[in-house]
Amino acid sequence: MKRFLVKHLLFLLLTLLAVSFLVFTLNEFSPGAVARKVLGAYATQEQVDLLTQQMGLDRPVFVRYVDYLGALASGDLGYSARFKAPVTDVIFKHLANTALLAAIAFACIVPLSTLLGVVAGMREASRLDRAILMFSTVIASIPEFALGVFLASVFVVWLGWLPGTATLVAGGGWSVAAQLVLPVTVIVLFDSGYVVSMIRASMVEVMQRPYIRTAVLKGLPFRAVILRHALRNAMLTPVTVIMLQINYLIAGVVVVETVFAYPGFGRMMLEATLFKDIALIEAGALVAVFLAVVTNILGDLAYMLLDPRIRA
Amino acid sequence: MTDGPLLDVQDLRVSYTTRAGEVPVVPGLSFQLNAGEALGLVGESGCGKSTVALAIVRYLGRSGRIVGGRIRFEGRELTTLDEAGLRAIRGRRIAMVYQDPMASLNPVMTVGHQLMEAPRTHEGVSGATARDRALAMLAEVKLADPEAVMERYPHQLSGGQQQRIVIAMALITGPALLIMDEPTTGLDVTVEAAVLDLVRELRSRHRSAILFISHNLGSVVRVCDRVAVMYRGELVEEGPVRRIFTNPRHPYTRGLLDCLPTLGSDKRQAPLVPIAGQVESALARAPGCGFAGRCAHVEIGRCTSHPIPIGEVYGEPDHHVACVRADELARWTRRSGATVTHDAGVVGEPMVAVHHLTKIYEPRRRWLRGPRAPVRAVSDVDLAAARGRTLAIVGESGCGKSTVAKVLSGLVVATAGGVTLDGVEVGALAVDARGAALKRKLQMVFQNPDSTLNPSHTVGYAIGRALRRLQGLSPADLAAGVEHLLEVVKLPPAMAARKPGHLSGGEKQRAAIARALAGDPEVIVADEPVSALDVSVQASIVNLLTEIQAARGATLVFISHDLAVVRYLADTVAVMYLGTVAELGSVERVFAPPYHPYTEALLSAVPVPDPDHAVARILLEGRVPRADEIPRGCPFATRCPRRIGPICDETPPPVQRFGADHRIACHIPGEELRRLQTALVEPRVVGR
Amino acid sequence: MSTPVAAGTLSASSPAASRVRARRWRRRLAALGESTPATVGIAIVLAWVVLAVLAPLIAPYPPNANDMAALAHTTPSKAHWLGTDHLGRDLLARVLWGARPVLVIAPLAVLGAAALGSLLGLSAGYFGRWIDLTITRACDIVLSFPVIILYMIILAHVGSSAWNIIGVLTLTKAPIIARIVRGMTLDLREREYVAAAKMRGESALYIMLVEILPNARGPLVVDMCLRTGYNVIIIGALGFLGIGLPPPDPDWGGMVKDTYGMMMVWPHMALVPCAAISSLVVGFNLLAVGLRELGLRD
Repeated sequence: MKRFLVKHLLFLLLTLLAVSFLVFTLNEFSPGAVARKVLGAYATQEQVDLLTQQMGLDRPVFVRYVDYLGALASGDLGYSARFKAPVTDVIFKHLANTALLAAIAFACIVPLSTLLGVVAGMREASRLDRAILMFSTVIASIPEFALGVFLASVFVVWLGWLPGTATLVAGGGWSVAAQLVLPVTVIVLFDSGYVVSMIRASMVEVMQRPYIRTAVLKGLPFRAVILRHALRNAMLTPVTVIMLQINYLIAGVVVVETVFAYPGFGRMMLEATLFKDIALIEAGALVAVFLAVVTNILGDLAYMLLDPRIRA
Repeated sequence: MTDGPLLDVQDLRVSYTTRAGEVPVVPGLSFQLNAGEALGLVGESGCGKSTVALAIVRYLGRSGRIVGGRIRFEGRELTTLDEAGLRAIRGRRIAMVYQDPMASLNPVMTVGHQLMEAPRTHEGVSGATARDRALAMLAEVKLADPEAVMERYPHQLSGGQQQRIVIAMALITGPALLIMDEPTTGLDVTVEAAVLDLVRELRSRHRSAILFISHNLGSVVRVCDRVAVMYRGELVEEGPVRRIFTNPRHPYTRGLLDCLPTLGSDKRQAPLVPIAGQVESALARAPGCGFAGRCAHVEIGRCTSHPIPIGEVYGEPDHHVACVRADELARWTRRSGATVTHDAGVVGEPMVAVHHLTKIYEPRRRWLRGPRAPVRAVSDVDLAAARGRTLAIVGESGCGKSTVAKVLSGLVVATAGGVTLDGVEVGALAVDARGAALKRKLQMVFQNPDSTLNPSHTVGYAIGRALRRLQGLSPADLAAGVEHLLEVVKLPPAMAARKPGHLSGGEKQRAAIARALAGDPEVIVADEPVSALDVSVQASIVNLLTEIQAARGATLVFISHDLAVVRYLADTVAVMYLGTVAELGSVERVFAPPYHPYTEALLSAVPVPDPDHAVARILLEGRVPRADEIPRGCPFATRCPRRIGPICDETPPPVQRFGADHRIACHIPGEELRRLQTALVEPRVVGR
Repeated sequence: MSTPVAAGTLSASSPAASRVRARRWRRRLAALGESTPATVGIAIVLAWVVLAVLAPLIAPYPPNANDMAALAHTTPSKAHWLGTDHLGRDLLARVLWGARPVLVIAPLAVLGAAALGSLLGLSAGYFGRWIDLTITRACDIVLSFPVIILYMIILAHVGSSAWNIIGVLTLTKAPIIARIVRGMTLDLREREYVAAAKMRGESALYIMLVEILPNARGPLVVDMCLRTGYNVIIIGALGFLGIGLPPPDPDWGGMVKDTYGMMMVWPHMALVPCAAISSLVVGFNLLAVGLRELGLRD
């Protein structure tokens, strides 16, 4: 167990370094651009060069990178040009918003998908299975923004039951909770489509296995066969997939956030890239990768704990 | 419990729905099983015997259906039983043991939990009682340290142990009927012998009836009172074991027994006689006898116009056969074909040999962990195959025989020691480092017909490519070359355009042999080439190999775990155990005393389809050491029934030589062995 | 026909060979018809392909033409079957034209990812050891990045053009395919026909491409269908976020971006492109489901 953790933590570190270096070089390749951004379009080239020199941006990439790492280590992530605030504060605020959304969505996705996937897979080609399969395939085919548009057209435009934006500012007569309903629903629907099909596929495969035949021919009732024999084996691969969904929920829901104007992490990154807010981009990328690798590790850990063949 | 048979199957008809339509896999089958009786159901792959078993417990899957007939068990009709009724019977009155024990056990549940499930479900006993029953059952199936085993997971146990657990799981509720579907297929011969003996013992203690399904006629003899032979879903013969095996009446049964090599048969005396033709598909079922297309005694009209009833054999009321000519056929004797002259002659110089061959696998270093113990697959092995002769290497799984084959063919490189091929030292040369001439000289035939040919390539392409690469034939000559090779292996020329998916196992293996012959090799290394084939097909492939060898003067290195085939086919035999050669010599010498204790145990374990073949069973206790923990002294010491003391554990045994060509590696002097051991093999006299 | 000859040595022009090939394709198409999802899926996809190809001919108006008069009445009418957008441009025309870049970019990106991913996966699985280690770790690194963020960073830097999008999609999808192919290669390289190939002295490249790859086809094809669908979603999302293809050419995602703010008044402007993109993806995904079913049934 210890060796597992050490190995994975080292990989985490390696990945963070690699990614941060890549992002750093990508962004800072045109050092003049930063100074230009600060001074505006009307500054003369001389002024830009002077500022570049003052900001130390004319030094070689590697030196700047090491400096950057040093700053990171001391907790200074820079200053956001777009939001005009320290990067740490900006990231923290947006991340918290996204975490709220992600937590609610995750709490809905896991039980819903597991239930549907297991019920579909345990009797393959039954009517229920076909229905669930078609439903999840179709839902997973609708892009998030389209889902948002469809749901909004029904619940906002036509019925007027829910607000069209979720700026988390309790105003305009809509509570925060009401604002969250549509974004959460869109995320849950879109992601469940995928997770259901994964769990279903795993379940179908497990039901073909000889040990299920053994359980049935031992005279066990169907419920016991599913719950005690099939379920744990079927969840082995999906568990890693489910863990990876956390990654998607935090960093990948930028589209949903944009549809509903939700001040989340993904939207923050979008604005940062459009604005070329370098400090924020670099820090945000690091946070995203960190989360990704950590969820990966959690997924592997869960797999190890569940499968005695790996543990031994 | 009503009177009458425990299990009464009447005209059972089972069909499978496939893309090609509805296939009547079992067109009509009837048999009975009385309480406490053991009936063997034998047949080759695809004959429907497993289907019958699954039909009885009503687990045919989505595409299988019982379309007719009755199955009465303990007076109740099973074909119409509802789910609740089936649940009450399964696991409690009827229990099943399966072929692949590892796959039949839940990998994420401890053995103990799996054992306790049946009593808790069916008898509602408490956890503590169930646990006691489980422990008692584990002791009954002779598993050491039952307490520890209860906490283990299936993958932590060996194949033999897993099968014992499956048997324990089946018997724990004391069922009236135990269905065993190929329970020992895939197990090593010595493990199989132990499991079969266990089944015999348990049967007498628990008085369950047994339906024993197998394609291995020898194992059926060990366990069963009666035998039923199936062909293409129909019962062709049924009766007491003794009668069936000493004078079978149905031509198919006779054919099966004729093509089986026994421990006494030798290619020099009588070639194996395969059954002509091959199994026709279940779709194209003509009226009349299902075997008519392949029968040597068929009479058009009489045998082919209406369904053949199953009738009593004259004078034997408990022996039934489905053949209209049964009473007309002469008494069965083991057929002898024309004698193939095989002069003993002068033994040629070695064509291929290994000296002090050692192969050690270093496992990948695990990160941040200590190095794992290396696996000594082969240790200091000396073998040689004379030109034009057959060397057989025999042993159970893990003995290193496959590794020797791989070293010979260059697929792995020796760690130490020499390998000579026609005088050239090739031990350190991987196959891609060998010159073209060397590559041509030695080719290999593999074990698994399903993976020996690339499923995406036609047969013609596979053979043609080999011709191109090994002989450098131009594209214009390829067609003729392919046709010629197909002829040699007795395949029709049209086979060249077909892909392996449409070929039977025997046809695939023939194509593979043709491919191996593309370079006109002087040495053919055959790694278990017939183990995965049906019995009737094995004989024809074995014959083909001997023919090819005789015609070309090729040297054949034949790897196998099947001692009967080895006895038939080989000139020289090497018996391997855990990477060392236990015994080596001419086939007559090895199969006669003095034996190495391991050879002795192996020979006594082989299931022979002859009820008269009574042999003192030597059961190997103890555990086979893993390949990374081979003991210092004699590798067989941990299980040897003739172990004489600490010397066997500490010191490697000396190699004793008898005559020019017989070696035994044992601490017990040869003369003493000869004195202690009785002959296990009766040389079979032709025309008994 | 004199001697039936090995397919690999047939001259490609021989009538026997082309007959065999034609028969094979007909069988494959017939097999597709057996699965409802596959039939429906391929019907949808083909319909869109036809519409996209014929767009210049059947679109009632040029896609970028502003019809100011129509602004008075933008909802669907006889003049504009699907209505117009906020700049008076006919929605039907824009939807038809918008299908073209998507149906070019998505499959090209998938093919690129398949080619690159297969090569990487084959090499990693076949050669093993440090080649495997490097490739797997590199793939893990790329995969551990949340995709959208990756796109944003790269595209914001290099700009969005069709080729850049194809490139980015290829790079991010290749590792997934590499992983699948690697898994299958690890399994297939132990097959006996691979050993037989080695024994005749075949090169590693031959073994990977001719012996192993054809047998990895099944799951790969199914995955490629899924990828295409998913690529369509991503292209739409990129357009929606404003980092897709540059305006004013119609791009379904971009169309939604421009009009969803006006949903309270004119919902149809956003709904039409949403329906378009959803239907195309449904087509690809249904095809994938159907192919998987067929593969399992064999």
